[in-house]
Amino acid sequence: MLKSLHIDPGKCTGCKQCEMACSYEHEQSFNPSLSRIKVFDFHEQGRFVPYTCTQCTEAWCLQACPVDAISANESLGAKVVSADLCVGCKVCTIACPFGTISYNPRSGVVSKCDLCDGSPKCAEACPTGAITFVDASATGLDKMRQWAQKTDTAAG
Amino acid sequence: MRYVIIGAGPAGVTAAETLRGEDPNGEIILVGEEPEPPYSRMAIPYLLVEKIGEAGTYLRKQDDFYRSRAIELVQQRVTALDTAAQGLSLADGSTLAYDRLLIATGATPVRPPIDGIDSPQVSTCWTLADARRIVESAQPGSEVVLMGAGFIGCIILEALAMREVKLTVVEMGDRMVPRMMNDKAGNLIKQWCINKGVQVLTSAQVTAIRAPQAAANNGGGLMGGIKKLFGGGENAAEPAGKVTVELKSGEKIAADLVISATGVRSNLAFLQGSGIDTEQGIKVDRQLRTSADNVWAAGDVAQGRDFSTGDYQVQAIQPTSVEHGKIAALNMAGASVEHRGSINMNVLDTLGLISSSFGLWMGVEDGDSVERYWPEAFRYICLQFRGDVLVGASCVGMTQHIGVLRGLIQTETPLGAWKQKLMEDPTRVMEAYLASAQGATLVGSRA
Repeated sequence: MLKSLHIDPGKCTGCKQCEMACSYEHEQSFNPSLSRIKVFDFHEQGRFVPYTCTQCTEAWCLQACPVDAISANESLGAKVVSADLCVGCKVCTIACPFGTISYNPRSGVVSKCDLCDGSPKCAEACPTGAITFVDASATGLDKMRQWAQKTDTAAG
Repeated sequence: MRYVIIGAGPAGVTAAETLRGEDPNGEIILVGEEPEPPYSRMAIPYLLVEKIGEAGTYLRKQDDFYRSRAIELVQQRVTALDTAAQGLSLADGSTLAYDRLLIATGATPVRPPIDGIDSPQVSTCWTLADARRIVESAQPGSEVVLMGAGFIGCIILEALAMREVKLTVVEMGDRMVPRMMNDKAGNLIKQWCINKGVQVLTSAQVTAIRAPQAAANNGGGLMGGIKKLFGGGENAAEPAGKVTVELKSGEKIAADLVISATGVRSNLAFLQGSGIDTEQGIKVDRQLRTSADNVWAAGDVAQGRDFSTGDYQVQAIQPTSVEHGKIAALNMAGASVEHRGSINMNVLDTLGLISSSFGLWMGVEDGDSVERYWPEAFRYICLQFRGDVLVGASCVGMTQHIGVLRGLIQTETPLGAWKQKLMEDPTRVMEAYLASAQGATLVGSRA
């Protein structure tokens, strides 16, 4: 069964454990600025919104990549960057309309959520259940995909 | 059904791949003129700094990508197109018939009309062959003059600087990347490059490139004579000595290598007599069809629709080429897909300073605009609005989540109250995006 991240901002307390876990898993350091999931702080409303890649079907990043460095892992339901093939041209970072793939100057390549090979560390680290890894059909992902489709350049 | 695609760049390869997905049985022939597997010009700067080898530039990495999809690769230059007979003439004298044709022949660097532009020390930086030549000539300590600080010039600039050459950049405009960045941002990039040891001359123009023999007090005498004897000079295959680059200001710069990056032009020459309508590029409709039956065009050669203006123009950028290639192929295979238009956008890394621009970054009449400028930190952001919709943006020194600028522009999301918040602090664009574009699914869910 395909699983995906489900984010419920209402449960987020802004503890940023997810950012720490992500950064440690991928960059071997506890550095939230290197995290692929980001918690946004709406301080005027006292609200926190964790945000990362939805693994959208349009796969803007993958399509825009000039060197075939991003591939779709169908069994995982993730779009995955190959650090060996990425040249660091950053075209994907302007092509992704969600802003969920960013350049990492330290490594010289781009990085995005890869669902941690099937056991996302952000979901494991989240103490309040704001981030869960569940059956893809139950995540409301379709709503986000509808939005994704609005950005499609082909209308027809 | 025989599909023929001319041009093995991103538009052509994407089209071939898409066609195979749509039509499992059609014959697909991809014609490219360069003696290389289909590769990405975008990757050449990274080849120059040896971050990748040549195979790292290939558009598709799987060894049997084309064979396994029954995409036939033909290495030939197309010399003419007969739209009535539905056939192509190839450089080897043979012909190739098509049922449906895609023209994705891309663009070529323009050759500025300058004395000495044909010298062997002058090169473009466009093909893998160019890259091999530059790797040989641009050794640490070499004196290199780069003509043009547009998008392509700036991409090459970083690669050259990393090769530790002594680099001088000559740009006609009054700032760097004048067609991608405004005055503040373009000059911020210029200052950054100067601080990194690159000599940047803006509002400057090369008037002549003098061969060693002809240059005053330089290159004559014994060495020049010997080089002449052994076939050196203007028509030699190998560079022979330094040229002198003369500027309009009267300044003279010695150079082992001059790289010309003064813009590109769509490859249209072979269309002469074909009856296909062209202007700046090939004119296409919203399905990427040309004026001829059964002929489509895509990528740098196509004058496609611009999302922001609705005008038709050559954008010559990678994401647009891929969009064109995909949509043209769907239509070639019998679908009816309209192109909404591509957003003109660019991202650039000049010696570690990252800049990007999107859509109508220069603003619109009766629109609103906000900018913030931190010159000491080399950061800049500018947002352009029409009403409460973001229509353009440019930034320097920002790398995180910049894709949302494209998302907000392309979805034409009404920002409502967030427009005013952005006018007060444009760096809050990610919050504005989450609150507006994703409002229904994220932020609003518990409201």
